[in-house]
Amino acid sequence: MIEGASWRRWVFFYVPLTAFIVGLLFPFYWMVITTVRPDNELYRPWNAPNYAPFWTTHPTLEHIKDLLTETLFTTWLLNTMIIALSATIISLFCGLLAGYALSRLKFPLAGALGTGIFITYLVPQTLLFIPLADIIRNFRLGDSPWALILTYPTFLIPFCTWLMMGYFKSIPKELEECARIDGATRWKAMLFIIFPIAVPGILSAGIFAFTLSWNEFIYALVFLSSPDEKTVPVGVTSELIRGDVFYWGELMAGALLGSIPVAFVYSFFVEHYVASVTGSVKG
Amino acid sequence: MTFTTVAAPRSYARTPRRGPVTRLLEDERWLAIVLLLPTVVLLGLFIAYPFIKGIMLSVTDTKVGVPGHFVGLQNFVNVWHDGIFRVAVWNTCIYTAIATIFKLALGLWLAVLLNNNFKGKAFTRAFILLPFIIPTVLSTLAWKWMFDPTFSVINWGLYRLGIIDHRINWLGDPDLALISVIIVNVWRGVPFFAISLLAGLQTISPELHEAAAIDGARAWQRFRHVTWPLLLPVTLVVMLFSVIQTFADFQLVYVLTGGGPANATQLFSTYAYQIGIGTGLLSQGATISLAVFPVLLVVVIVQLFYIRKAETH
Repeated sequence: MIEGASWRRWVFFYVPLTAFIVGLLFPFYWMVITTVRPDNELYRPWNAPNYAPFWTTHPTLEHIKDLLTETLFTTWLLNTMIIALSATIISLFCGLLAGYALSRLKFPLAGALGTGIFITYLVPQTLLFIPLADIIRNFRLGDSPWALILTYPTFLIPFCTWLMMGYFKSIPKELEECARIDGATRWKAMLFIIFPIAVPGILSAGIFAFTLSWNEFIYALVFLSSPDEKTVPVGVTSELIRGDVFYWGELMAGALLGSIPVAFVYSFFVEHYVASVTGSVKG
Repeated sequence: MTFTTVAAPRSYARTPRRGPVTRLLEDERWLAIVLLLPTVVLLGLFIAYPFIKGIMLSVTDTKVGVPGHFVGLQNFVNVWHDGIFRVAVWNTCIYTAIATIFKLALGLWLAVLLNNNFKGKAFTRAFILLPFIIPTVLSTLAWKWMFDPTFSVINWGLYRLGIIDHRINWLGDPDLALISVIIVNVWRGVPFFAISLLAGLQTISPELHEAAAIDGARAWQRFRHVTWPLLLPVTLVVMLFSVIQTFADFQLVYVLTGGGPANATQLFSTYAYQIGIGTGLLSQGATISLAVFPVLLVVVIVQLFYIRKAETH
């Protein structure tokens, strides 16, 4: 704690911390308040005398109703859910096996493969999306969820592998050796002794992978074109803005409802998520 | 020796029957191949192959639906002489540098604040990560609405506080647009820095601080000479990730300004998108992405060098 007089505590601790919290959370408050604000209040210029931006006296669910009935929002929600879950499962599967191999087994090229996966971990999506779009077209995967289910693992697997490698290294080797002495095969020792212990690590990697897939934008923007195939981020930005007209009520309702699944998952696994964030930067 | 006689007979464990596959998997090398196969196939197909394909595209004049011919390094020459590309690279560097400095400074400050014990700490930490986990595009839309030229709540606040007397056109003014975009990037990135650095801070033993305090070091001196050097390795790794992500940022600018006004916020990624996908000039677009690759590579190598150096100290 900050030592000294109480004014010091206020100046050096409470005031800055409150400022951070307000600054970081205000946009979400703004999302909520815009969603429930009726249109005639929404489009009142900022310097109008009766402009009261921080609350509304006539809350309405009109925007949410419009969003759910007049647009394809529920379809996008379902698409995103399917894609994010499938990509997460594929990445967890690959990352778990690869992480085990790279941290536990001795084989030629182990070092090179580890470095290779670390490098792909650092490759941003924006570097490859143009040739990848061409490849997706050639594979006839364009405009289908498979385009994303198969490409999202490219940025999720390196992360999952990295996280699982760190986790496996913390499990003592003796456990496996005991199982092997008792007659278990290498395969069974891995499957029934090591993987169950690694469940917290798997959960962390899974949560992080899920939020990353939900967040992904550029691949979804480039690979999908029909309105009913889109994911939430792409659908909200491309279909709810018609020409130059922004329907802010619906847009914010879309942003809010599109964030809820991620926030929901996150709220249950905060500790795992924090572990994965800090684990992702551990060398 | 007497105790050799009490050694357990080996017959208690019936050797299980093992098929040829199981026996093969007992060999570490074969097991490694099987375990790594799915990863190598997926990464090879959708990372290594696109990378090679990108290089092949960049030396032809391929357009969407039109197979290209070999043109050598013509695309790179074009890009080099392209004024917008130069602006985009310059903007990308400025955007990355300024945003990273602010994210580091604010993130470190927040981490130090959170490292105190106070009521509701876990709760605060969970809420503070929200900007990082909520899909960027969706939270950026909220910012776009907050920056709206006519209905901006930020303008309202500043006007009420008496700081401004006319509206500020956050995203429409070429001088301000890049700053506005940087603000949103910093807002989104601070939680990641704060949480990672907080984890680093928690590994520093409080005894070191106490020892320094007994020796008469003031709070700032303790931070400068105890905390900072111990935190440096984590800081450098966090910065490495942040710099790469910021350098390659796309969604934020795409939603807020689309690269405008007059290319004031054009980044290399948004420009590559405009050329490669917007106008269908695949080769030109791939060249733009590839041309920035060396810049990114140099930045990463320099950072890895410093990380290595900090870790050996």
